[in-house]
Amino acid sequence: MVKAAVDLHIHSCLSPCASDDMTPNNIVMMSKIKGLDIISVCDHNHTGNLEAVSKAADEAGILLLPGLELETSEEIHLLCYFPSLESIFNMQSVLNNYYLNIENREDIFGPQWIMDASDRPVRKVEHLLTTATKLDLYSCVSLVREIGGVPVPAHVDRSSYSIISNLGSIPGDLRFNTLELSRGVSKEDFLKKYPEYADRFFISSSDAHDLGMILEREWFIELEKLSIMDILEKLRG
Amino acid sequence: MTVKDFVQHCGYRILSCADRADKTEITGVYVCDLLSMAMARVKDGELWVTVHTNINIVAVACLTNASCVVIPENIEVEEQTVNKAAEKGVIIVQSPHTSYEICINYHLKKSESGNG
Repeated sequence: MVKAAVDLHIHSCLSPCASDDMTPNNIVMMSKIKGLDIISVCDHNHTGNLEAVSKAADEAGILLLPGLELETSEEIHLLCYFPSLESIFNMQSVLNNYYLNIENREDIFGPQWIMDASDRPVRKVEHLLTTATKLDLYSCVSLVREIGGVPVPAHVDRSSYSIISNLGSIPGDLRFNTLELSRGVSKEDFLKKYPEYADRFFISSSDAHDLGMILEREWFIELEKLSIMDILEKLRG
Repeated sequence: MTVKDFVQHCGYRILSCADRADKTEITGVYVCDLLSMAMARVKDGELWVTVHTNINIVAVACLTNASCVVIPENIEVEEQTVNKAAEKGVIIVQSPHTSYEICINYHLKKSESGNG
């Protein structure tokens, strides 16, 4: 058994709300300095920086769990984790049909940069990523599972963009094994309010939008061995 | 009708950019709590009613050029949202009424102005 230090929710500069220095190499190097074993970069509704992050992570010897923070049509944030770049890019190609195509106003939301593995800007995504997609929650969950991924409702304790705030509860038939709590919210505090979710597996990540926010070695997941398949299985339950 | 006319008439409270209220005309009303839908549908100058108090309502109001955002039922608005609204020139109004009552009040005030 290993206790892996993880941060499974980090935004890159592709998310308009993230700071410009959240480049693939900066994220990986900061995670390395902080001593993390596994990270996941989950941008809003897009996987455009994962190839570059993956290269940087390989070089630095950190495991990257390919991820994405999808916003469903009900405005629920759903973290979607996949076993490989190939599978998450399959997800991306389906997702391309479900954008609302609201143009990004950089002056309001910020730029959405895709970078290469040397942190050079490649292109900007023109449509706004921090908004809903046309995928409803149930379709989204089925799709992610079909492609081999694991859906995890994000920051379920929050009063906005969470499955509980938007639907009132977590539908049992969606069989979510893992729930994400916001940084600083303990499982005990959450369960005081929502004891019905005591059987779930909880993760706590940084939701980092700048380099300083990335977790230290403070959140651990016990795994058989340090691998992407092992962590994915743990999340899937 | 300006934001100030409406707010004074109804006795609502302005939380940000009160100095712009008498210079900002309301052209209509849009009620919606899905931000993505409001983003696409609020028309220039409309008063937008939403229960959301998250900082993102400021971005939506900027994007759509809403005349103001009205928060119903005295829902408390986060300080961070009010500060961002002040910075971006967005008027946020807090009302004790429900979304439905806010619409009715707008309609009554508009009819009254039209007749008078």
